[in-house]
Amino acid sequence: MGNELAGDGDRRNFLLKLTAVVGGAGVAATCVPFVASMNPSTDVLAKAETEVDLTDITPGGVRTVAWQGKPVFIVHRTPEEIQASAASNGVIDPEPDSKRVQKPEWLVVVGVCTHMGCVPNKEGPGWTCHCHGSQYDDSGRVTRGPAPKNLEVPPYHFVADNKIVIGKA
Amino acid sequence: MPNRIIQWIDQRFPLTSFVKHELTDYPTPRNLSYWWNFGFLAGVVLVLQVVTGIFLAMHYRADISLSFDSIQHIMREVNYGWLLRYMHAIGASAFFFVIFVHMARTLYYGSYRAPRELLWWTGQGLLLLLMATAFMGYLLPWGQMSYWGATVITNLFQATPFFGDQIVIWLRGDYTVGDATLTRFFALHYLFPFIIIGAVVIHLVALHTVKSSNPSGIDLAAKDNIPFHPYFTIKDLYGLGWFLIVYSVFVFFMPDSLIEPANNIPANPMQTPNHIVPEWYFLPFYAILRSVPNLVGGVVAMGLSVMMFAFMPFLDRSRIPGGAHYRPIYRVQFFLFLIDMLVLGYVGYTPPTSQTLFIGQIATLCYFGSFFLIPLVSRIEERWLVKRGLPPAVIELMESEALAIEEHRLKHRRRGDQP
Repeated sequence: MGNELAGDGDRRNFLLKLTAVVGGAGVAATCVPFVASMNPSTDVLAKAETEVDLTDITPGGVRTVAWQGKPVFIVHRTPEEIQASAASNGVIDPEPDSKRVQKPEWLVVVGVCTHMGCVPNKEGPGWTCHCHGSQYDDSGRVTRGPAPKNLEVPPYHFVADNKIVIGKA
Repeated sequence: MPNRIIQWIDQRFPLTSFVKHELTDYPTPRNLSYWWNFGFLAGVVLVLQVVTGIFLAMHYRADISLSFDSIQHIMREVNYGWLLRYMHAIGASAFFFVIFVHMARTLYYGSYRAPRELLWWTGQGLLLLLMATAFMGYLLPWGQMSYWGATVITNLFQATPFFGDQIVIWLRGDYTVGDATLTRFFALHYLFPFIIIGAVVIHLVALHTVKSSNPSGIDLAAKDNIPFHPYFTIKDLYGLGWFLIVYSVFVFFMPDSLIEPANNIPANPMQTPNHIVPEWYFLPFYAILRSVPNLVGGVVAMGLSVMMFAFMPFLDRSRIPGGAHYRPIYRVQFFLFLIDMLVLGYVGYTPPTSQTLFIGQIATLCYFGSFFLIPLVSRIEERWLVKRGLPPAVIELMESEALAIEEHRLKHRRRGDQP
């Protein structure tokens, strides 16, 4: 009996470890649905696209629309604003204006400060975020920190001359 | 008859011996000042918050279309709803006030030093739990400050390497703070207090193992202790009386004084208020976040600023007992630190301008500097104090402490224990 037990030591240890590993894997697998349940549900995912009619935005005007619950600024830029934006290349996160717009008179950016997620206010040329003092120019590029990046350009495309769909490039 | 019932219980459960050991006869240093009341007060506020919270939850609706109105319903229609809500809202501030004093006392008297490190660290854990609970509770009224506070703080997790964006969305359950966020914050805000109660039990077990420190810093263990009851039950109750007076003044006469006016506007995801400020108890840490002109740096600095307290047992190298009591330089440092906290609080409250930003950066440097200088300062101070000549009582104490450590070591060696 004693010999048998001694001889089975390896086998016993192996089984113990195997049980621990399988049990641990089971616990980890059980965590997956719980963690996943906290991710956006399907109805939240469903509001991923927004269609916007641009006809009544006059030059110099701004419209704020909701896309995925986030504000999106749509700016009908004046020739002066286009010129000023094209002249500079941004400060903190350099990017040419031409890469940020599809048609120069329409600027479409997510109105969420890239610092802490506040909504910047339209003030003078560009925007100012009152939470922590970040500033953006008329191309939505950050000109003063603490924001690290330019305002995000969402994926969008023109379905007609005066209509865009935000959410899909 | 009651005696027989207790006898019956005692044979099956250590009721009498537990009460005797941990409550009535629990040995307590006889020289504890009123600064030692605040641990007990924190316990009382915890009970107040749990009780008022549970009754508020009976009327509150965690749904973005209903929650703001349900608060109005509580304030106007629920019997004594206004009282429950004001007690809970003021109670949150009272909780932080009491905890801050409790921590300041520990820092002043050096109560974090050996053998009370674990007591101090469990307290640090409790502070983090308290902050998380308060933060999640603040979203529930679904006002403008609630909404944008939650937005800013959940956004901090963007600083996580690689998965930043996914983690933020996972925390919110949506692309922005929304219904999913509100419901989970409510669920967790209800859960966390019970985790806090569990952590408090651990905190108390640690306390009852090492016993209370005291203003002299001299270990009175066997000599000068008196039973907790009636001496400290009565002292704690007297302090409670004063606490309740101040608390009631706030609850009944100035209940709105600590509530940001902007939070009386329902949350609007399309418009950030011009001036968002956190609750007063987060202001110094918020100022540190804003002072670093870089997202990740700011988040790290803020997290570190809360955690710095945990390093105190390692940073403080002085062997002079009694905390700031016998240590003039440490005492000056302590008060400078408090002033720095107030400056940071002020900076956190004001809108960001280049001037306040500059003050905030200086104050942030002072904040971390006062921690990092402690190892150096405490050693220089000790040398200076020893050279100047310590009071005989203190010398005697330091020698006996060194002896005790040596004896402890010898005992272990004799037993042949591995270190």
